[in-house]
This record gives sequence, C-alpha cells and structure tokens, in this order.
Amino acid sequence: MDFLTIIQILDSTIRLATPLLLACLAGLYSERAGIFDIGLEGKMLMAAFFSAAVAAVTGSVWLGLLAGIASSMVLSGLHGLASITFRGNQLISGVAINFLAAGMTVLIAQDWFKQGGRTPSLFDQGRFNPITLPFAETLEPVPFIGPIYAELISGHSILVYLALLAVPGTWWLLYRTRFGLRLRAVGENPAAVDTAGVSVVGLRYAAVAICGVLCGIAGAYLATALQAGFVKDMTAGRGFIALAALIFAKWRPWHALYACLLFGFLQAIALRYQNIDLGAFVVPVQAMDALPYVLTVVILAGFVGKAIPPRAGGEPYVKER
Amino acid sequence: MSFMTKIMGTAAALAMSATAALAEPALIFDLGGKFDKSFNEAAHNGAQRWAEETGGSYREIELQSEAQREQALRRFAESGANPVITMGFAMADALSVVAPEYPDTKFVAVDVTWLEAPNIRQIGFAEHEGSYLVGMMAAMASETGTVGFVGGMDIPLIRHFGCGYAQGVKAVNPDATIIANMTGTTPAAWNDPVKGSELTKAQISQGADVVYAAAGGTGVGVLRTAADEGILSIGVDSNQNYLHPGQVLTSMLKRVDVAVYDAMKAGADLETGVFTMGLANDGVGYALDEFNAELVSDEMKAAVDAAREKIINGDLEVVAYYTNDNCPAIDF
Repeated sequence: MDFLTIIQILDSTIRLATPLLLACLAGLYSERAGIFDIGLEGKMLMAAFFSAAVAAVTGSVWLGLLAGIASSMVLSGLHGLASITFRGNQLISGVAINFLAAGMTVLIAQDWFKQGGRTPSLFDQGRFNPITLPFAETLEPVPFIGPIYAELISGHSILVYLALLAVPGTWWLLYRTRFGLRLRAVGENPAAVDTAGVSVVGLRYAAVAICGVLCGIAGAYLATALQAGFVKDMTAGRGFIALAALIFAKWRPWHALYACLLFGFLQAIALRYQNIDLGAFVVPVQAMDALPYVLTVVILAGFVGKAIPPRAGGEPYVKER
Repeated sequence: MSFMTKIMGTAAALAMSATAALAEPALIFDLGGKFDKSFNEAAHNGAQRWAEETGGSYREIELQSEAQREQALRRFAESGANPVITMGFAMADALSVVAPEYPDTKFVAVDVTWLEAPNIRQIGFAEHEGSYLVGMMAAMASETGTVGFVGGMDIPLIRHFGCGYAQGVKAVNPDATIIANMTGTTPAAWNDPVKGSELTKAQISQGADVVYAAAGGTGVGVLRTAADEGILSIGVDSNQNYLHPGQVLTSMLKRVDVAVYDAMKAGADLETGVFTMGLANDGVGYALDEFNAELVSDEMKAAVDAAREKIINGDLEVVAYYTNDNCPAIDF
C-alpha cells in the first residue's frame, strides 16, 4: 500500500463519514435532550429527496438545501409532537417516520417528475461541487504535505467543511453555554430543569429542531453533493450506522467525530479491497461491512468502557401536580 | 347498517368482477422496482408496448419484501390472471411452490432456468455473451489497460455478467487488469448509488478508465461518477447510453422487454419449457445509437461484430460462470 493509496482511502473516508457525522450529531442533540430518535434515516431520506427535487426545479442548490432542511424539520416537528407534546413512544414515532419517508419520497417523486420515483439528474448549478482550497495547486508538488493538502483536505464540497466545523460547534454549544447545560440537564433530570423554572418542552423542541437541521444537511449532502439526484432508499441504512456511531461515541461530540471517521474508514477499506489477505487467512468484505455493528454491540455489552445513555432518554416528561 | 350492506355488496361485486376478468396477463416486478432504469424497467417497457399495440390491459405489482413473493403469485393466480410473468432469479423458490398448485395457469420466469414444472416458461439470457462483447469494447476503448466492473448484489448471476465481461477484455488485451467489485450482499445493494460512486472512484484511482456497471439502481451512481470524472462507463439491461451522452461507451442489452412482450402476446396459449435468449436470437447485444456513435470506432464495431458471428456459429465459446462456479478470466 503506497502513500497515494492511503491518501485516496482517507479521502474516501471523509466523503463517506460526512453524512454519518451530520446524522450522528443530529442524534446527539436529540438524545442528549432525552428524545431518542431512530428516525434519522427517514429524515435524511426526506431531505435528500426535497433538496434534489427543489434543486432540479429551481436550478439552485442553495434553495435545494433549504428545502431539504425544511422537510427534515417538518418530520422532526412530527416526532416532537408525538413524543414531547403527546408523550407517545419515541421509538414507535421514529419507526413511523422512517416508513413515512420511504413511502412519501417515492410517491411524491413519481407524481412530480414521472421518472419512477427519482428526480432528474442535476447539473452544475444544482449541485454542491467540490471546492478547491487556496494554494492547493501551488502546494501539490511539495512532497508529503502537498498531496495531503491538495487531495485530502482540499477538494470537498462545502458541506463537508460545515460538518467538520459542526463538531467543535456542538462541543462549545453543549459544554460552554447556558443553553447547552440546560439541554444536557433535560436529558438527565428534566424535573430539576423544571424546578429551576426552565421549560422542558421548549428545550426538547429546540433539540429536536436542531436535529432536523443537521439531518437535512446530511440528506442534502447525499443527494446534491455525493450524487446528482435522488434515488429511492438512497440513504441505504446510513441513519442506523449513525445511531451506532452515536452509541459508540457515548453521546459525546468529539468522540462522534472519531466514531464516524472510523466507520467511514471501515467502509472505505471495504470498498477498496473486497477481500483482505492477511497471509494466514482472508477477511471477506462482509466482515468489514458488519464491523460497525459488531463494534457497537461490543461497546453496548460493556467490554470496552460502558455506554450509558442520557438517564431520562426515551421517557416523556410529565409535570407533577 | 344499510351502509354496511352497501360496502359488503360492493366488495362482493368487486370480487366477482375480479374473477370474471379472465386471462389478463400479470407482471411481478422484483425488488429493484419498476423504474430502475435497467432490468425491471425493460420488463415494464415490453408490457407497455404490448398494451399499446393490442389495447389490452395487464396487472402488475412491485414487490416490497421477500415475504410478498408467494403471496403475489397466489393472488394473481387466484384472480385468474394468465400468464403470470415474474422477474428475477429470486422468484424461483416461490414459483416452485405455487406453480404446481395452479396447473391451469401459465407462469413465466425471467432469469430462471432450473425449475421442473409443466406450466412454467423459463427464460434464461446468455448474459455472458453480451457481456463478452462489451468487454471487448471496454478493452479497446481503454488507454490505461485497466477496466472496472461494479456488480450489484453478489449473486451468481452478477458474477456471470462479470465473467463474460472479463473474458471479452482478456480476448482483446491479455495483459489487461480487471478490477471487479460487488456493492453488497443484501438486496439494498441494488439501490445504493452512493456506494456505487465510491466504488467507481476507488477503481478510477487504481487506473480504470472504463467501468461496466451491472448493478440496477446502484449503476446510476456508477455512470454518474464515471461521467463526472471523465472516464467511460457501460450500462446494463436497458439502453442507458442517453443518461450521459458521449460518456457511456455502450450498454449491454438484455432484451427482457422482448421476453415479456412475447409472453404477453402469446397469452394463455403460451408455450412452456426452458428458453434461452442469446446473441443468435437477439436476446442480448450491445447498444449503438446517436449518443455513443462517436465513441465506437469502425474498428471496434468490426471486431465486436466478428466475435458475435463466431459465438453464434459456435466457433467461439464464452464460458458461463454457472458451468463450474468459477471464472477462467477473473477471481471474484
């Protein structure tokens, strides 16, 4: 394995990890506020569709992004309504959202574009194209640092940088602001927050809304940056891998970044090498594909540290009277 | 109460009319969905052509899960549809259970050739022959001597595609490198264009400059990335040349539309048995139209057509992956 191959695999890692990272952070906000969200997949899918559809119709990818975020937030609102206001079961609401998105996207797409549940292909203005960072070409001939900068760091779409910036942003918001403290508290002990005179319902809705925005960006990234259009079920389980990453990261932002990069890396390796020959035995590609889930189970089982979810997670808050 | 009776009455009337509408053909699409721009869409096109030409109507269902296979077959057979046309190898198990239960109904199985039942028309395609031809074209169009293959779900049928392709490539350039990747091992692999894109990028970085996608909806991502990165791609099943004009070298045609059209035309008098559609009866082939005319040189066309003749005559044998479950030209 030469240097350039490593760079290419890492490059692929970043592309594959970005949607995971965005969805993972989305789940982090929601779950830290005590709202379990297995509807990440559905929200991404919905956003992927609407961003591609609006970008195809208007020719502007930014309008597409906004539409994607808006559609994802509508689903978030639905999840909030079911699980915060009506105190329903959060898991069931999440499952419902996944089903809703899987069906609705194809239905609307077929009615709208008549192309069999997909959107037309997007052209230049309708996509997030890779951006070349300054000096990328000048620096390229420089050994070692040049290729790393030009290939690995430069040349991604703007959403990738946004996703990476969201990590310190999330850390700062959760651990350095009053809002963050309250948000974390509402996921651990909502009664205490309520006693302090802060609205539990308001905080939880805020968290779910942020979750919607991030899922929206993740979906738009899939449909308008990685691909040029929507295809049915195109999220292909990424929302669930993001959930696995969230557990793996034990609900912490920096660890979420590492977990997503690790899972992205495993995927990139699996895509690059179908079977890995370790001399003594061959690791089949399926093993690599399953590894994220296996690792998550290992973490959950408590072999490596312990994953403790937010204490009030999954429980609707009922004010005492 | 009277409302209830009305509903019951309507339901009964509907049920009766359903059995009364005899001998309407029915079409069962596989999990990829009716509009996969590929295998199932070809079936849809064939059925549409039949409907337009004859003014007839047909019934259809897009399967959503494995569990629906038997159910859909029974539902259509019960309601008197004849013939019942099924798409894809995965219907084989369900067919072997259901077909004997309805001896008066004719079934058509596309991509299935190994069942024993008197009322099934089984249609196999010589995909390896068509793939061989596009493999030759890939090798001739390639400047790096490295070509790629992206399969969908890792099943023998897709290996069969890849195997024919690899043999075609090696026939033109024995030193060529063929990078073959499968998207996955579950049906989700038919609809994951993002993974298709990444696989294509990985193959490009390993030097591939022509990529053949036999991957259903995933292929859309492969063709898109190939076009974005400025290399050539090869489509599959339906003619996909138009997706990226001037950047899709050709498409390996599998005339599922003809198979479906013929079956619907024959109607209930359908001849059963095992049929193979190969180069000789235009069951497979390569696509040449205004979108790829510039890419296919005369030399390329002459070589491919010569090979086609030879395969039809029997002078040239393309080894099928099924023969001994491995491929002489490539390891998967």
